[in-house]
Amino acid sequence: MRIPIETFRLPNGLFVTLSEDHTAPIVAVNLWYHVGSANERAGRTGFAHLFEHMLFQGSAHVGANEHFELIQRAGGTLNGSTWLERTNYFETVPSNQLALALWLEADRMGALLPAMTQQKLDTQRDVVKNERRWSVDNQPYGTWWERLPALAFPPEHPFHHSLIGSMEDLTEASLEDVATFFATYYTPDNAVLSIAGDFDPAETRALVERYFGPIPAGGGTPPLPDMTLPPTFGQWRREVVPDSVMVPRLFLAFRAPVFGSDEYYAASVLGAVLGMGKGSRLQRRLVRERQVASEASAFTFDLAKGADLLVVDVTARPEVPPDVLEGEVAQEIDAVWRDGVTPVDVERAVALIETGFTSSMQSAGERADKLSMFATYFGDPGLVNVQTERYRAVTADQVSAFARARLGPDNRASLLFVPRVPEGAEAELAGAATEGQ
Amino acid sequence: MSTTMRPAAAPPRPYHFPAFERVTIPGGLRVVVAPVHKLPVVTVMLVTSAGSSAEPEGKDGVANLTARALLEGTSRRDGNELAERFERLGGALVAGADWDSATVATTVLSSRLREAVALLGEVVLEPAFPEREVERLRAERLADLLQLRTEPRGLANEMFARFTYSPASRYARPEDGGEESVSALGRADVEAFHRERYRPDAATLVFVGDVSVADATSIAREVFGTWRGSAPSAPIPDATPAHTAPATHIVRKEEAPQSELRIGHPGLPRSHPDYFKVLVMNSVLGGLFSSRINLNLREQHAYTYGAFSGFEWRRGAGPFVVSTAVRSDVTADAAREVLMEIERMRADAISADELTLATSYLDGVFPIKYETTEAIARALAAMVVYELPDDYFDRYRERIRAVTTMDVLHAASRYLHPEIMQLVVVGDPAAVRAPLEALAVGPVHVYDADGRPIAG
Repeated sequence: MRIPIETFRLPNGLFVTLSEDHTAPIVAVNLWYHVGSANERAGRTGFAHLFEHMLFQGSAHVGANEHFELIQRAGGTLNGSTWLERTNYFETVPSNQLALALWLEADRMGALLPAMTQQKLDTQRDVVKNERRWSVDNQPYGTWWERLPALAFPPEHPFHHSLIGSMEDLTEASLEDVATFFATYYTPDNAVLSIAGDFDPAETRALVERYFGPIPAGGGTPPLPDMTLPPTFGQWRREVVPDSVMVPRLFLAFRAPVFGSDEYYAASVLGAVLGMGKGSRLQRRLVRERQVASEASAFTFDLAKGADLLVVDVTARPEVPPDVLEGEVAQEIDAVWRDGVTPVDVERAVALIETGFTSSMQSAGERADKLSMFATYFGDPGLVNVQTERYRAVTADQVSAFARARLGPDNRASLLFVPRVPEGAEAELAGAATEGQ
Repeated sequence: MSTTMRPAAAPPRPYHFPAFERVTIPGGLRVVVAPVHKLPVVTVMLVTSAGSSAEPEGKDGVANLTARALLEGTSRRDGNELAERFERLGGALVAGADWDSATVATTVLSSRLREAVALLGEVVLEPAFPEREVERLRAERLADLLQLRTEPRGLANEMFARFTYSPASRYARPEDGGEESVSALGRADVEAFHRERYRPDAATLVFVGDVSVADATSIAREVFGTWRGSAPSAPIPDATPAHTAPATHIVRKEEAPQSELRIGHPGLPRSHPDYFKVLVMNSVLGGLFSSRINLNLREQHAYTYGAFSGFEWRRGAGPFVVSTAVRSDVTADAAREVLMEIERMRADAISADELTLATSYLDGVFPIKYETTEAIARALAAMVVYELPDDYFDRYRERIRAVTTMDVLHAASRYLHPEIMQLVVVGDPAAVRAPLEALAVGPVHVYDADGRPIAG
């Protein structure tokens, strides 16, 4: 499977990728800005994400929430998301509405600030605080996705701090921060625009030039501090988290090579060998055979700078104590670290990855997002067409060598959630012990 | 400057839902094939009327347990080998049950279709239901139920069902079974349910993707051509409300920073003639980001990250429910705003602008919903389960466009029922009880995480 790709760059630096497909009258527009939580300054954790919310609050010629309304009225779907290294905005619309989607994205890239007000910022700050309560604070294990990066990256490293942000830092965010962030990061020369689906390339190019062309260039992609890290943690880092949960759950992370590197593909295949599908090592051994876990999976963060993380996520069966869970997982990881993987393991993993990738490319939005990703991280959207080959080229020897180098006890960071014992229950237990004597 | 002008829409290009053909093979299995040759993948899905609604009395949870246990081994190979065989073909075999059906499905590269369907057939026709694996799946379901006690969203959904439907209704109890029922299930129950409900005349095999009708039919005959038998028709659950007056139910989660809120009542069955009117009405009320409830609670008051309403469509009357999570100290205020929006919907006609927002969204987004072979297969399976006519997808958009503001007003006044509204809050009674008593949506009851009444 190869998708057609055409690219061009506007004089202001905006990089554009086009991929035609006329099987349905729909088109996806996808913008990646090369800015994420890694770019936040000290004291402003969560700002990149809060800023993403502000982009739906209108621009010079668009009212608050009108972006959502106009796209939905056009019969389209839309959203945005913030990650450590990037922020994306996307809509899929009926193909006769392409001009509207482009115009809306251009208006907020070119003229966001005239629409920004203190009241809008205050409202979105509260919305984001509610999002934090919903996804982190009031959710079992919800803090894992800020605790794990904090454990795995050194303090001051751009990936160390919370993406959703602390309540205190969210409170501090000001309109001045909005203006500075916009001027620094939301420039055409720090963005990639991808369009996938049913469109006419010449007409579309003319629309892009008309709407995005007048936006002045910025200072390009602002540099980040050196993010290089040693290949391993150098130790087994451990954090135990008492939480309002009924059963233990272990997140075990390994420092891994950055997304897109040659070694990354071995790491990604190893992740699938360990935790993708019922036939994976951890599901087979821990869920089916040993029956110590009810769920097991593994995934990579896909970080393109500094270092990536390979993460194993295993939830215990209720009767299994936390230390037993950790021991059982470690035993399976040790086996792979020591003995490597087989060609059958790799064949299974690559087949699953290939089907998943091919299947996801059916969606115009997914195609556009992948094009933006490869263009943003590597300047080459054409990489989307070599992913299957890259995965097929991975051998069992490569995966075993990777496991040998990176799964050892000197490269583990474990976040172990344990049921918090209520104060009353401790007293009861103590009471029971006294009675027994 | 020309770029300040909003562009107008170009003329729309035509769209047709993928054409499909129906074939019945010897033995009675129906086959639906929609050739879509965009990418070299095929989704194949077997759907049967073996959902939770079809469970025997006292066997809550057996539908889901049976569907999952299909993957745990056959007369020819154990579960490990089965998973490995399948995954080496690049397909994850997924099986599960909902209220109205059970499905077994996979998506594979088209070059591997024949082998994948042969394995799919093996799990449906020759499951071994090994005792040990059935026991394990049962224990995993019990573990899920245990975890629900500290998971406020799932807990709110379960408690809402319990306080909304009469105890006699199957809909009052968890779709995958509660603790008492699941604890008593065993291999014999699974085997009996499979024998009774997995029958060719109650099943349909759906193919969508890079395959011809002739090839799909020939594969279906090869694998399922000797399947025989018939299943009894599946009952439709009773949907009597639990209460004849409004009431408020607080499920205790001490020191919760947020309240999970559910407000609603039994809704309508999927076969209801006013389906399209209700769909448009709900879109304006709480179905879209730009709906009244979300704009009010999120953008105007900043009470929440999001608030939505929906009718859950089943063969029987599934619930109508408004769902949101709000800061604990504004729980009663948020509930008041939701009830106000429901009243407003019933009292006054919506504007022409609101109507066209909803209808042009539902009309325009239709092709976007069916981009993937999996989405198309799910739609065709739903067509079978809910007995929708063959031209349903072709006529969907015109039927949406035909809905008027008066239709919406009638739908709201007939099908939204403040007089039996149940308000369920999973949150901290210390923070929410007094304001909710002041709000006075019926009497206020307080429960523990198992739903047992407590003093609060």
